[in-house]
Amino acid sequence: MSKSYGPCDTPGARGLALCEPTLFERSTPGRVGYSLPRVDVNEPPPLPAELLRDEPAAWPELSEVEVVRHFTRLSQYNYGVDSGLYPLGSCTMKYNPKINEDVCRLAGFADVHPAVAHQGLLRLIYELEQFLAEIAGMDAVTCQPAAGAHGELTGMLIIRAYHASRNDPRSKVIIPDTAHGTNPASAAICNYQVVPLKSNEQGLIDPDALAAVMDESVAAIMITNPNTLGLFEENVDRAAHIVHERGGLVYYDGANLNAIMGYTRPGDFGADVLHFNLHKTFSTPHGGGGPGAGPVGVKKHLEPFLPRPVIRKKGRQYALDFDRPQSIGRMRSWCGNVGVLIRAYAYIREMGAAGLKRSSELAVLNANYLRVMLQDLYKVAQDRPCMHEVVFTEKGLPNDVPMLDVAKRLMDYGFHPPTIYFPLVVKGAMMIEPTESFEPESLDAFITAMRDIYREAQENPALLHHAPYNTVVRRLDEVRAARNPKLTADME
Amino acid sequence: MKIPADLRYTKDHEWAKIDGGTATFGITDYAQDALGDIVFLELPTVGASFKAGDALGVVESVKAVSDIFAPLSGEVTAVNEELTKAPETINTDAYAAWMVKIKIADPNEAKALMDAAAYKKLVAEVAK
Repeated sequence: MSKSYGPCDTPGARGLALCEPTLFERSTPGRVGYSLPRVDVNEPPPLPAELLRDEPAAWPELSEVEVVRHFTRLSQYNYGVDSGLYPLGSCTMKYNPKINEDVCRLAGFADVHPAVAHQGLLRLIYELEQFLAEIAGMDAVTCQPAAGAHGELTGMLIIRAYHASRNDPRSKVIIPDTAHGTNPASAAICNYQVVPLKSNEQGLIDPDALAAVMDESVAAIMITNPNTLGLFEENVDRAAHIVHERGGLVYYDGANLNAIMGYTRPGDFGADVLHFNLHKTFSTPHGGGGPGAGPVGVKKHLEPFLPRPVIRKKGRQYALDFDRPQSIGRMRSWCGNVGVLIRAYAYIREMGAAGLKRSSELAVLNANYLRVMLQDLYKVAQDRPCMHEVVFTEKGLPNDVPMLDVAKRLMDYGFHPPTIYFPLVVKGAMMIEPTESFEPESLDAFITAMRDIYREAQENPALLHHAPYNTVVRRLDEVRAARNPKLTADME
Repeated sequence: MKIPADLRYTKDHEWAKIDGGTATFGITDYAQDALGDIVFLELPTVGASFKAGDALGVVESVKAVSDIFAPLSGEVTAVNEELTKAPETINTDAYAAWMVKIKIADPNEAKALMDAAAYKKLVAEVAK
C-alpha cells in the first residue's frame, strides 16, 4: 500500500501552479478589451453634474486575452468532484453525470421564458414530484424550494400552518444533537424555541429522553436519519410514535437520503414532512453558491398547506392550481430552480429504481471500507458499522496533533479534505463521506494518504502543523480572517 | 489545564466567582482550549435577568459556536465590554477574562455548582 506522491500523481496537486495577481494588480493604464465603432448618432444630453464622479473609477484596465487567462488560471486552482475524491461529510459530493447537462440545455427547456410554463416542463416537474414521493414514501411533493435550508423553512412553515389550522399553536421544536446543522436555525426563524435532545452512548436518539421532553407544547421533532454521526437511528419509529402520540409532527431532514434509497423510506418510519437535497442525493451540481433545489414532501394531512401553485394533471393536460386556500403561499417565483429539477429528473430516469438502490448500497459500502481500513490508526467516534459516512475523532492522535492539521496535510496528497469539527458532539471530528462515485483505486489512494499522514504525525508533527505545502496558497490564517475579514477591494 | 481552587464550576464549563451577593462568570480554561481560537463574543446588557442554566451569551471560535449558560440566577449588574472587542484574551487567560457580574437571586443555587476537585474529575472524564 505504500506509494510515494509526486505533484503529478494525484489530482489535487498540480505541476504548473501559476501565481496569479488580482485584476487590479494586472491593470495597465489605457489598455482595453473592446473596440467600439465611432458614434454616428447625436450625443445624448449630458448627465446632471451632481451624478457624475469627480474622477473616473479605478477599474482595472486589461485586454481580453489577459482577462481570459486570469479567469482560466483561477479556475485551475479549483478542486471539484471532476478533479478527484471530494469526501466532504454531510455534503454528498457525488459525481454529476454529464448527460444531465445535455438534457437541461435542450432548447425546449433552456430557451423558454419562465412565464411560459409549457406542458413539457410541467409534465417533467409533475413526474419528478411523483418520483420523489415514491422514493421517500410521501403523498405529495412541491419542487418550489430553492435549496436545502429553503426546503427546511418551507417544511417548518407547513408545520406551523398545520397546528394553526387546528387552533393548537405550539412553541417548541425538538432537535437531537446529531441532527443536521441547519435545523436549529430553520426552527428558530419560524419562531419556535429549540429544545436540544442529547444522544445516548451509542450516538442515537434515546426514546426515554425524548419522551421526557415531549409534551403538547412541542410542534415537531427534526430528525436526520442516518444522523450526522453516519449512524442509522434504530429507534426512529419509536421516536416518531412518541411525538405523534402527543400531537407533534416529524420533520425528516433529507441531507443523508443518499444512504437509504430503495432500502427504507422516511414516510414509512414516521416522517410527516421532509425535504430533499437534489444537489446532494440526485447529482445536481453544488458548491460555489450555485443554485440547488430543496423539494418538500408531505403526507396527506399536510397536503393542503403546500406552497401554491401546485401542478395538477387533468386528463392529459397539466395545469397550475392556485386555488389553495390553506396554502402557506408561494415560496419561489415561477416553477423553482428549473435547471436543477431537469438534471435531477434526468438522473432518476437514467438510474432507475435498481440504480438508485445500488448507489445507496455502494455509498454505504465505501464509507465502511474507509472505516475498516483506517480504524486501527484513527479512532472512530462510534465503533460500529456506519451508513454513508464515517466520523473519526482526534482523540489519541500521535503528539496530540489536531484534526485540522491532518485535514490541511491531506491537500498536499491531492485530496479535498473531509468535513472537520462537525458534528460538534465528537471531539475534533473528521467526517468522511466518500459517496458511491469513486472507484476503489481512489479510495485506496486516500487510505494510503491518511496512513502516511498518521506516520508523519508520529515522526514530525511540525510538518503537519505548517501544511499544506503543495497548494497555491499555504496555511490560511483562519483566526485573522474571522476576526478582521476584508471583504472589499481598495478602490481609490 | 488550570482549575483555580477558589471558583465554582458548571458541567457546561463555565466558572463562577462568588463574592457575597455578587457572582462573576466566565468560561473555563478547558472550554477555551476545546473551542480553539475565539473570534467573537456576544454578551447580555446590564439589567437583563437570567435563570441558572439559561443561555446568557454566545462564544464563537474558528471551530464552533456555543451558548454560554448562566451558572446562577440573577440580574446582570456589569458586562465586560472590553472583552467583546478582544475576545482572543479568553484564550490567553480564561479566568482573567470575566464576562458578566450578576446580583445573586438565590444563594442556595451555589450548592449545585462543582468545586475545583469535582470539576477536575469531570474534565478528566470528558477528555477520555
